[in-house]
Amino acid sequence: MLLEQILFYFFATVLILSATMVVTSKNPIHATLFLVLAIFNSAILWLMLEAEFLAIALVLVYVGAVMVLFLFVVMMLDIDIATMRAHFIRYLPIGLVVFITMMVEMILFVGTRYFGLEQFAKPVAKSADYSNIEELGQVLYTVHLYPFEIAAVILLVAIIAAITLTLRHKPNTRYQDPSHQIHVDPKDRVELLKMPAEKL
Amino acid sequence: MEQSLLELWKAIPASLQWLIWTLVKIVLIIAPLLLSVAYYTFAERKIIGFIQVRLGPTRVGPRGWLQPIADAVKLLFKEIIIPSGSNKVLFLIAPALAIAPALAAWAVIPFDVGLVLADINAGLLYVLALTSIGVYGVIIAGWASNSKYAFLGAMRLAAQIVSYELAMGFALVGVLIAAQSMNLQQIVLAQQGSILHWFWLPLLPLFMIYFISGVAETNRAPFDVAEGESEIVAGFHVEYSGMAFAIFFLAEYANMILISTLTVLLFLGGWLSPFQGIPVLEDWFAFVPGTIWLLLKIAFFAFVFLWLRATFPRYRYDQIMRLGWKVFIPITIVWLLVVGLAVVYQLPWWFD
Repeated sequence: MLLEQILFYFFATVLILSATMVVTSKNPIHATLFLVLAIFNSAILWLMLEAEFLAIALVLVYVGAVMVLFLFVVMMLDIDIATMRAHFIRYLPIGLVVFITMMVEMILFVGTRYFGLEQFAKPVAKSADYSNIEELGQVLYTVHLYPFEIAAVILLVAIIAAITLTLRHKPNTRYQDPSHQIHVDPKDRVELLKMPAEKL
Repeated sequence: MEQSLLELWKAIPASLQWLIWTLVKIVLIIAPLLLSVAYYTFAERKIIGFIQVRLGPTRVGPRGWLQPIADAVKLLFKEIIIPSGSNKVLFLIAPALAIAPALAAWAVIPFDVGLVLADINAGLLYVLALTSIGVYGVIIAGWASNSKYAFLGAMRLAAQIVSYELAMGFALVGVLIAAQSMNLQQIVLAQQGSILHWFWLPLLPLFMIYFISGVAETNRAPFDVAEGESEIVAGFHVEYSGMAFAIFFLAEYANMILISTLTVLLFLGGWLSPFQGIPVLEDWFAFVPGTIWLLLKIAFFAFVFLWLRATFPRYRYDQIMRLGWKVFIPITIVWLLVVGLAVVYQLPWWFD
């Protein structure tokens, strides 16, 4: 129990520190990498809650795919750090107001008063061979089938929309048609001529 | 002496005992792995030498057998040059980020029934998640080097890995539908029967796509555009020297062995004997332990990596993307439907 608490506070501290660094670090690449660290640490916290499927899916989807593309884009952007710093000071008051409001709200509502052990009993720890992937699958594909399918369709629509928005046909671009390339006949390309040897 | 050692062991609290025992197991996996990585590089030079009608390394030790040791010593003593204008911290963290997932993935690999460090339910998912983290080492290395070539290599690799991960993930989904489990041991046990019961046959397209995506994922020829020495010098690790370079090298080879192992576990029956179910041969080869079969199969796929490198010219970048998105992903999606139907209707032989 003690070890578990030490681990929890360690990872929670790293999570909060890296989340703070996302906002405060000067370099956008550093900010992105701290965001990766923050996501990774929250995945570890989920793992400690015995939600191993969600934890691994978080790492797989966000760390492994989304943040890679994010990093890709941030690296390609030409960001002027000096103007960013100037804006940081300018927007600091607004940021502080939002920050303080959110903190007060969270302290008021997400506390032991509403979510303490009196309101919600401590869940029983499951045994090691308990598979929450199976549980999730059972629920997702039976009870919550329609919401799940609708979410999938919405995502599909979003993908199609994003692709159509960015799809630009440039008239001057030349494309190669691979099937055309494969079906090339040597006879069309090379003409073998037979000539009698000439004597000098 | 033995008695007192045993008493000393019993005096240690149980949780500490468990910790020490786990560390010993980790060393038992990692040490042979690193040794085989060293000799894999030697095998690569010898085999490609043979294919190209050369001799390969012959000078260090008898028939060149000490060459990898000499290489390691040389790299250890070389200076690590940090380029000016580079980001020092990220520059040095990048190799560690490349090797850590390559080694950590071995935690869930079973070597025989029950012979596994962490027998977790979500083993397959864990491996997929860890291999997807490996790309950070390369991206960060490319960016922190403050070099155009390194940056171009990193950008190429990032796009390539993200594309091929999708095909790879879909292939794994096919395996988990067929085995109805994500536990790697259960997946191997689901293939029991005979060589024809292994998943390579019902999942043939997925098997081939998985291995080819694996080659692309490990950034090996013919998909090694991230290095592309004729175009961008050496890609992402152009600024690295000494041990920092050696670690990238190690990570690449460890990943190749990992992909070979996963291919064997998922599609070729892992530690199961190929003579299972054949009347006479099964008895003859019953004495061979499963781990030997596993290692033999891994060695074959490790060889295929080298064979591919010596055979094919490098892909053009747009063709790599076309292969990943327009060929592999549609095939895997179609085959997922086929596998799903076969499992639902309990296709005899494999899924009954």
